[in-house]
Amino acid sequence: MSTDVCSLLGCGIDEEHAYEQSAYEGPLARWCPGCGDHMILAVTQRLLFEEQLRPEQVVFVSGIGCSSRFPHYMKTYGFHGIHGRALPVATGIKLTRPDLHVFAVMGDGDCCSIGAAHWIHAIRYNVDMVAMLLDNNIYGLTKNQTSPTTPQGHPSNTQPRGSYLPALNPLTATLGVTNASFVAQTADWAPGHLHATLEAAYRHKGFAFVRILQRCPVWTPAVFRDAAQDPKRNEILVDAKGIHDADTEKLGGKLVPHDPSDLHAARRLAEDGGAVRLGLFYRDESKPRYDETRHQRAFAAEERIRVLDQEFDRYAV
Amino acid sequence: MSTTTTIPPRARVQRSKEHILEVVSDSGEGAQKCGQSFGAVSAKMGNGAWTVEIIPAEIQPPPRTPGSASGVRIRIGEREVTNWGDEADLCVAFNEQVLLSRHRLGALKEDATILVENMWATHDDPLVRTAWEKAMEELSGRSYRIVGVPMEEQCLAVTDNPRRGKNMFILGLLAWIYDRDMERVREQIALQFRKKSPEVCSKNIELMELGARWAEANLDFRIEVKAVPATAPMVVMNGNQALGMGAMAAGLDLCAMYPITPATSVSHYLGEVFESVGGIVHQAEDEIAAIGAAIGASYAGKVAFTVTSGPGLALKTEFIGLAVMTETPLVIVDVQRGGPSTGLPTKVEQSDLLAAMFGQPGDAPKVILAPATIEECFHCMVTARRIAESLRCVVLVLSDANLATGVQPFVRPKLDPRWQATPFDPAPVPEGMRPYEWDERLGLSRRFVPGQPGGMFVATGLCHDEGSKVTYAPEVNQRGCEMRSRKIAVFQQTLLPPPVSGPDEGDLLILGWGSTKGAIEEAAERARDEGLKVSSAHLSFLSPLQPGLPDLCRRFRQVMTVEINYSDRADAPFVAAESRRLGQLAYILRGQLLLDVDCWTRVPGEPLRPGRILEAIREKLSKGVAR
Repeated sequence: MSTDVCSLLGCGIDEEHAYEQSAYEGPLARWCPGCGDHMILAVTQRLLFEEQLRPEQVVFVSGIGCSSRFPHYMKTYGFHGIHGRALPVATGIKLTRPDLHVFAVMGDGDCCSIGAAHWIHAIRYNVDMVAMLLDNNIYGLTKNQTSPTTPQGHPSNTQPRGSYLPALNPLTATLGVTNASFVAQTADWAPGHLHATLEAAYRHKGFAFVRILQRCPVWTPAVFRDAAQDPKRNEILVDAKGIHDADTEKLGGKLVPHDPSDLHAARRLAEDGGAVRLGLFYRDESKPRYDETRHQRAFAAEERIRVLDQEFDRYAV
Repeated sequence: MSTTTTIPPRARVQRSKEHILEVVSDSGEGAQKCGQSFGAVSAKMGNGAWTVEIIPAEIQPPPRTPGSASGVRIRIGEREVTNWGDEADLCVAFNEQVLLSRHRLGALKEDATILVENMWATHDDPLVRTAWEKAMEELSGRSYRIVGVPMEEQCLAVTDNPRRGKNMFILGLLAWIYDRDMERVREQIALQFRKKSPEVCSKNIELMELGARWAEANLDFRIEVKAVPATAPMVVMNGNQALGMGAMAAGLDLCAMYPITPATSVSHYLGEVFESVGGIVHQAEDEIAAIGAAIGASYAGKVAFTVTSGPGLALKTEFIGLAVMTETPLVIVDVQRGGPSTGLPTKVEQSDLLAAMFGQPGDAPKVILAPATIEECFHCMVTARRIAESLRCVVLVLSDANLATGVQPFVRPKLDPRWQATPFDPAPVPEGMRPYEWDERLGLSRRFVPGQPGGMFVATGLCHDEGSKVTYAPEVNQRGCEMRSRKIAVFQQTLLPPPVSGPDEGDLLILGWGSTKGAIEEAAERARDEGLKVSSAHLSFLSPLQPGLPDLCRRFRQVMTVEINYSDRADAPFVAAESRRLGQLAYILRGQLLLDVDCWTRVPGEPLRPGRILEAIREKLSKGVAR
């Protein structure tokens, strides 16, 4: 979108105001101490501050679950809807209000289970928004039930003898959908990388899917323990066109060169290996965007009535 | 009974105040196109007209079976026609099997005239000949006048593919019988085929003219239904087109939908034209996503609607509750079909009223209105949008399959730009104002829209206070429910009592809603002609109810609803007061107003026939029970 259009629509950076970070900070978050969501929230607020977005031009849409409380802790517009259905609401918003910056925040049960149909189609629609999957591998708010991403064998209240099936891989699933345009993975324990990833996602024109590995200290404290405590075990995807965070790269994890325009390589790397892989798996800004394709200019009331009147001629007796 | 084609060409003209004709064919043979064209020409000539489609559930069911019958019924009259009537006077059938289907449904008058393709009688395939003979035997039980018409043989003179041309041949035949203005018929064909090549159009006109010439040479009867050209400019369309045009007149921005019969054609219509006024038809991935996108757009300051039918309404339930809770303006159109479950996808029913009203867990007050005519399908969208926006509420519009495909002429609306939604005001929200700052008396609050500085809030389905802050304090939930309910009560104060058709006192008052209006009023009028003291009133609003009903009901000895939904007959085996399940409006009237309202309801998968309602009226008045 050109700067002229931006100023016309009232979006983008406001020259007159310099917003403080506090302009984006809502009330104190009520997640458990040690929950990875706190870091994701702080980094997101930081990003909005750096981008100097007008808070009234930003909408956070969520479903139901721990992560879906996210909009309440922002000081932007928010829509805290129903379980699994953040993406249709976000699609409706962006489709009719392209001037707004839309973020959809979902959990793993929300996005990959009850909302899975919407997830697949939102990838294909490629509507310009940031989709954040806060993946803690468990249903938290309803107290410890197996989610699609729960590791096989991990016990929960609904599968006390351990999850029966291999976990669903949100990255391969996303990369498998036609018209995917941005797929990245990051983690709450790598704030620099998380920040760089969300920034790239925000700047991406299209549906930017970011899976954020998120620690739940109450129900799944072990699932990301090794990866978080020993960053050397992680693999970082690096490329000049990828996501770059010097701090994370310095921690000693294996650096894996990966060209994010290579879909086949992205799919191979997204398959579960021994290590947690962080980075930009795939990006292609040339993919068609449904919101752009369907965009309509605004019509004045008189103009609409005139067209409708002509339409009535077709049915005139 | 005769199937000869050598009839002396001296036609006797039968004059009639009204006439019902049907055209039925195998699916795909174009009977609907023929019938709709005939209806449109009749309307244009000034006849009252009502057209209903006869639709099989499949696209191309096996041909030459009763189940494949596809077609149209047209009732034309000297005066306005408000419903599809009783049995047909004349039926054109492309084969004897589809004719059997109409016969078996009791759709044809005892002495109906039947024009049937006679090639099947002498078909090469002995099975076909046997089927024809059996059918004729079955039909011989009635005093139908059956006339064989060599449709295929005649059409072969003009086209190599007579299966695709018979419908226009029949249009010509009907045009001669009913003495239609041939210039208008030609114009109608040109309109029908405007997207095809001129050759296709002229070929079809040629076929039509052939049909008219054949009729003139071979038929000995004509029918005259006087047409009085209307003084006001008129338009003619079906209910789903009217809903789509209404959406444009109301200034709606987004139609989010998922394909479902019989609602989808609203989006077919809008898909063609909505973008020419800046609107978007969004075909979502499912029914849930469709309403989700509509809510998103409405939350973002637009006014959106979603259009569905029963099964889709069921899927949308959770989101409807969310729209109620977040006070997001939303219009939901439910084009009702037969249920439960997949039910009768292409057939009419009025069985979604209670689901619309009470379908959401928790208390979810909303406004429910029901158009009764094609014209009301147009205007109700403007009304619905206005209510949704000014009350920040959900408005459910209950149309049905009868209105969806029914075609009726009505006075061309004088369009008004004030019908359009006002674009949202991006001005800052006044300092200190809260997103649900309910007016204590009215329950109304001002809608904040993203983009408005100072208005940032989180709409939430959780219990919230005036500031949209989540809280579980007991008094807050009580108050939220009270405020969301209050605005509906306030709105009710603006409604007028339903007008009474007939004297405003008597022995029986019929109450109805939705597409049954014309049939009910006609039945009551016929009952009055018989000396019965019957009146009727039709409710436009089902939630909240219009005022004046208790007073009105007290002026009649008995009150009965007539609806197309299921109820137990009071005298059915085992049925007691405790178990009798009632018509849906009857439930509401009894529960809400403590009125002693009985009901007569049927679920035949077709519009109610006025004659059948009349029988129920007679029964009710003679025995106190309508069977």
